[in-house]
Amino acid sequence: MSHAKKSRFPLLMTFLVFGYAFLYGPILSLIVYSFNESRLVTVWGGWSTKWYGELLQNEQILSAAWLSLKIAAISASFAVVLGTLAAMALVRFKRFRGRSMLEIMVAAPMVMPEVIIGLSLLLLFMAMDDILGWPEGRGQTTIVLAHMTFAMAYVTVVVRSRLAHLDNSLEEAAMDLGARPLKVFFAITLPIIAPALVAGWLLAFTLSLDDLVVASFVSGPGATTLPMVVYSSVRLGVSPQINALATIIVVLVSLAVLFAGWIMVRQEKQKQRENSQ
Amino acid sequence: MTDVSKPANAEHAQPIVRIEQVTKTFGNVYAVDDVSLNIYPGEFFSLLGSSGCGKSTLLRMLAGFETPTHGRIYLDGQDVTDLPPYERPLNIMLQSYALFPHMTVEDNIAFGLKMEKMPKAERDERVREMLALVQIEKFAKRKPHQLSGGQRQRVALARSLAKHPKILLLDEPLGALDKKLREQTQFELVNIQERLGITFIVVTHDQEEAMTMSSRIALMRDGRIEQVDAPRRLYEYPESRFAAEFIGSINLIDGHVVKQEDDQVWVQSEQIDGLLQVRHSQPLVNDMAVTVAVRPEKIQVVPALSQGSNTVQGVIKEIAYLGDVSIYHVELPSGKRVMFTQSNIQALAEQPMTWNDSVTLTWQPNACGILVK
Repeated sequence: MSHAKKSRFPLLMTFLVFGYAFLYGPILSLIVYSFNESRLVTVWGGWSTKWYGELLQNEQILSAAWLSLKIAAISASFAVVLGTLAAMALVRFKRFRGRSMLEIMVAAPMVMPEVIIGLSLLLLFMAMDDILGWPEGRGQTTIVLAHMTFAMAYVTVVVRSRLAHLDNSLEEAAMDLGARPLKVFFAITLPIIAPALVAGWLLAFTLSLDDLVVASFVSGPGATTLPMVVYSSVRLGVSPQINALATIIVVLVSLAVLFAGWIMVRQEKQKQRENSQ
Repeated sequence: MTDVSKPANAEHAQPIVRIEQVTKTFGNVYAVDDVSLNIYPGEFFSLLGSSGCGKSTLLRMLAGFETPTHGRIYLDGQDVTDLPPYERPLNIMLQSYALFPHMTVEDNIAFGLKMEKMPKAERDERVREMLALVQIEKFAKRKPHQLSGGQRQRVALARSLAKHPKILLLDEPLGALDKKLREQTQFELVNIQERLGITFIVVTHDQEEAMTMSSRIALMRDGRIEQVDAPRRLYEYPESRFAAEFIGSINLIDGHVVKQEDDQVWVQSEQIDGLLQVRHSQPLVNDMAVTVAVRPEKIQVVPALSQGSNTVQGVIKEIAYLGDVSIYHVELPSGKRVMFTQSNIQALAEQPMTWNDSVTLTWQPNACGILVK
């Protein structure tokens, strides 16, 4: 017994150390180097927070960050609405014309290469601009539309699984007590699936904030998102400001992930309590 | 013969629920097949049957969750066949209770009242009244997941009664409770029903539960109604083999009519020596194939060598001791087995009947019945 424990334990520890090293090593080095005094990214020159100071002076990066956050928030919100509607349709209506089509189209953005999504959306927007006159040119609107489209797929998956577990009889009970369908949706269905909506929103927000490829295709002059700025500045020679910026983003994203995790744990606990009784 | 389509105390009443030739098909499966029923105000009416007999589908059509394929449903004289659930003047307590998990007990009960825009003061009063009715005042602020199964059942009941419906539908109301709690709650449910004077329509698969609570029972089978009667009549005078076997246990002896005089019928059976005498008022034809049905508790043990009709001799093959009664299985010379029960009056009888004892059994002509179907 004690022998087996001895021989298994170091092996597990090794796995664990390697796992964490691969996952967090790059991020950790990035955070450490953001406090580097030296102008050269790869040479350590002592501790400093000066790059954070310079970052806050950099108009280009700050406005790109603001634009990215705006786009992420707007596209995530629309994606949640559309994704929820798609999920409702797929869960509630067992058979309707075009069901499998919808199912495939909803899953498509998740499996299609981003380059193809970006290119096809660009072509679509150009054609629409020609024929309808909207969206006029390319910029913030087209990025929002593009992000909405692919983030919606992820929201649908999240909301759909929650809806599938929702007891139909809850809505029946509400209807029996005199609630009309719209009232049932807002008073019963929505509050119960709310954690899934929050998780979906956060996911969509992160995906949008993260996206470089699709945004590069569909953006135009004057709409440069943060990943685009970072990418182009890296090509011209990395400034330690990027490390500082990355650190800030890592912290924000970690907080968001922790928050989402907390919500899901709470949801899971409640489900367990509901099931255990 | 009294009209069994009405309860005894409602000879002149108008039905509050009228189901007219209702059929419901799912694909080509007949879930409910041409059912007509009248239910009268103040009844505790049970739809009894095994799973898949269509009783739940019928209840769901009353609630408005399903629409009949054919036929009409009237509530209080109003045709509600095409009304959505939220416009029907009745409430349902669902089998899963379907308590809203994100609301407190109070808010659950108040939900229906909010939907009908009852003023807050009146609403609070009504919620208090309901909490008191089912004795869960202590749990008013709790969420459903903080309650036990029995407490949830009470909340569900309170919520469905809060709007003071004239008719309450209950889908397996006691199905999720353990046996002890179920027995207690049966009587409470009847008390509440009597106190409020509401018509209860209950779906259940548990014959004991239906017998205990109901004023009338509709026994269902394969989407059709087999028999509608008061519990006592359903037990004592089943009209079909299915009804006889579904409720309680029964001995069935196949034979044919040999003689009929006034209200007495004599039946000869290959399974039994001698004739069987049965009280039966309907005219029967000689040689007609019939089944004589005798409940085990109606059979008495008599001294050997007794003669007369309805007397059989056999050997005890099985004994099941159930505490209050014992069930004896007796094998007749023909191989036919007859069950009878005896209550265990003495703690330990001096000469108890035991395996392989020969016994002579008899029963009264008016203690058995004839099944034609």
